Amino acid sequence: MKPLLLSHFTVTSCIGKGLMQTLDALRQCRKTLKPCDFETVDLSTFIGEVEGVNDVKMHAGMTEYDCRNNRLAQLGLEQDGFSEAVNAAAAKYGHDRIGVFLGTSTSGILETELAFRHRDITTGALPEDFIYNKTQNTYSVTDFTRQYFKLAGPAVVVSSACSSSAKVFSVARRMIEAGLIDAAIVGGVDSLCLTTLYGFNSLGLLSTQACRPYDITRDGISIGEAAAFALLERPSADIDNDAILLLGIGESSDAYHMSSPHPDGLGAKIAMQQALQSANLDPSDIDYINLHGTATLSNDAAEAKAVSAVFNNPVPCSSSKGATGHTLGAAGAVEAVICALALQHGLIPSGLNTQEVDTELNLDYRLENQQLALKHVMSNSFGFGGTNCSLIFGLAGSLGVAN
Amino acid sequence: MTTKLTAYIEGIGLIGPGLNDWASGRQILAGQQPYQSAKTIIPTPELLPAAERRRASNIVKLTLATSLQAIVEAGLQDENLPSVFSFSNGDGLNCHTICEMLASDDREISPTRFHNSVHNATAGYWSIATKTMATSSVLCAYDASFGAGLLDALTQVTVDGTRCILMASDTPYPEPMFSKRPIPDNCGIALVIAPQQSEKSIAQIQVSLTHDEAFKFTDAVLETLRIAIPSARGLPLLQLIAKGQANSVVLDYLDDLRLRVEVKSC
Repeated sequence: MKPLLLSHFTVTSCIGKGLMQTLDALRQCRKTLKPCDFETVDLSTFIGEVEGVNDVKMHAGMTEYDCRNNRLAQLGLEQDGFSEAVNAAAAKYGHDRIGVFLGTSTSGILETELAFRHRDITTGALPEDFIYNKTQNTYSVTDFTRQYFKLAGPAVVVSSACSSSAKVFSVARRMIEAGLIDAAIVGGVDSLCLTTLYGFNSLGLLSTQACRPYDITRDGISIGEAAAFALLERPSADIDNDAILLLGIGESSDAYHMSSPHPDGLGAKIAMQQALQSANLDPSDIDYINLHGTATLSNDAAEAKAVSAVFNNPVPCSSSKGATGHTLGAAGAVEAVICALALQHGLIPSGLNTQEVDTELNLDYRLENQQLALKHVMSNSFGFGGTNCSLIFGLAGSLGVAN
Repeated sequence: MTTKLTAYIEGIGLIGPGLNDWASGRQILAGQQPYQSAKTIIPTPELLPAAERRRASNIVKLTLATSLQAIVEAGLQDENLPSVFSFSNGDGLNCHTICEMLASDDREISPTRFHNSVHNATAGYWSIATKTMATSSVLCAYDASFGAGLLDALTQVTVDGTRCILMASDTPYPEPMFSKRPIPDNCGIALVIAPQQSEKSIAQIQVSLTHDEAFKFTDAVLETLRIAIPSARGLPLLQLIAKGQANSVVLDYLDDLRLRVEVKSC
């Protein structure tokens, strides 16, 4: 594939609002997952909650979109000068030449969960102020973002569970290469709700502790929430040495089971191999892998088998989910931004909470931060229904793309 | 707005109110048979094993049935086809049941109900049923879902030079959600789209973005259907293919952006 420039990016999760707080938290190995005190949820588990989401006020003219997911989206868009960067791109290319492609798994379902509690006692009707299409509908967060910037280009939500906001990079790549647009907002937003907390509990996949990816005693996930965005454009001739490029994308389906990964990680292996192929790179070129690493027994085992099958030599790797929790449909975009920070700051971030790495998984899983110049990194995202996506990012300067 | 994406349709699937399959639907859309609205009949999903057939929700059954029509017409049963799924809502009944349980004192939703709640559940069942390990693009754009799916499928076909199957489907919510999102019935369209002309090609399509107004059916009943169910916004394209004459049509997409499709028979 032709490389694409991440000209701006930002992330907001429980470890911080914006890049500076996020980088600082990664450097300090800050632990922010906490015992679940969300809404009326009575489950013994840990969550990654973004502080202040309920205090976000939707802008004038956007109040119909008011729900936790869009509040989190607005909070995320207003970090790191991202909004200004989008507005500048719209001025440069035209409002109809910028696409919006975001990933989410639950959108504003919390709003519907609450509306069901407030059904009319006699008629069963939902409250009049519940606005389905602006809040619950899966497309709502892209609609909100498109209206927020008054953009007029193509737009869609990708909702493929935990690979959603990795796969949006693929949608954007094709739209730009097809010549339909010049730039795209890509990213993901997912917020805490009862459906995912009780749903993952029903599957027996919630840890009662802060999640411990790749630990020998790992026992499940911690659910988090996040908003992460990137502005994708064709790289110009004069990009900086530390600019981040999207170099490769690989996608596959497991064709195996609705909620369990292929036990040998066959789909994951195909996604990683295709990503390397599309970036025209060898496995030995990858300096760090941000694993999907959810901390469930079967997911980590399947991913480890796939990584071992693709990479002959051990590659430094870790999962960010010990820090941020599993942010579900936002995870791919969150981890893409963490990969960008890792490249720009020469940081291999350690996996948090893990005490003893499961040696049977045979990976170079890092429990301590390391400063090391990185050229290429891979980010893995694998979802329910067996949907897989691997992304490869690199520094422009180390690739001879920049001047 | 001048970019045109060119591709070839090789197979079509259609199930909706009064439209039982593409073979009979094309006669209705071509004006050879009158259109009579009737409740959608979702056939047995032959792609699924017996146990799964019984448990499958309407959106899974509908999508697999339309997909099978298109795949059989294109003669592609064993191909590892990349796919695009575009649903304006997902499985409304499952969503309703989860929200109802979460509003009650007993919040113990079943694992099956939860994994069926993901928007890509149908894509998962489809890939398992067809043993397809190629990528699935699983999309939602509310009322623009058909257009969004068509555009994404066309970028796969034209940029990556691959065949692709688009499946756009919608199913109703029960009350009380129905009052907020009144989709009256099930409707699905599937298209097998290819980058090059072959002996299987039915029609060539060229798609570009436009600000022009979307086409409206003169038949009031068909027009009501087109507006009421998002996947039915693709029916004007199917009508041009059914008529077999070179022509163009503007399909509905986002509020201020639409798709012009130029159609030529092959």
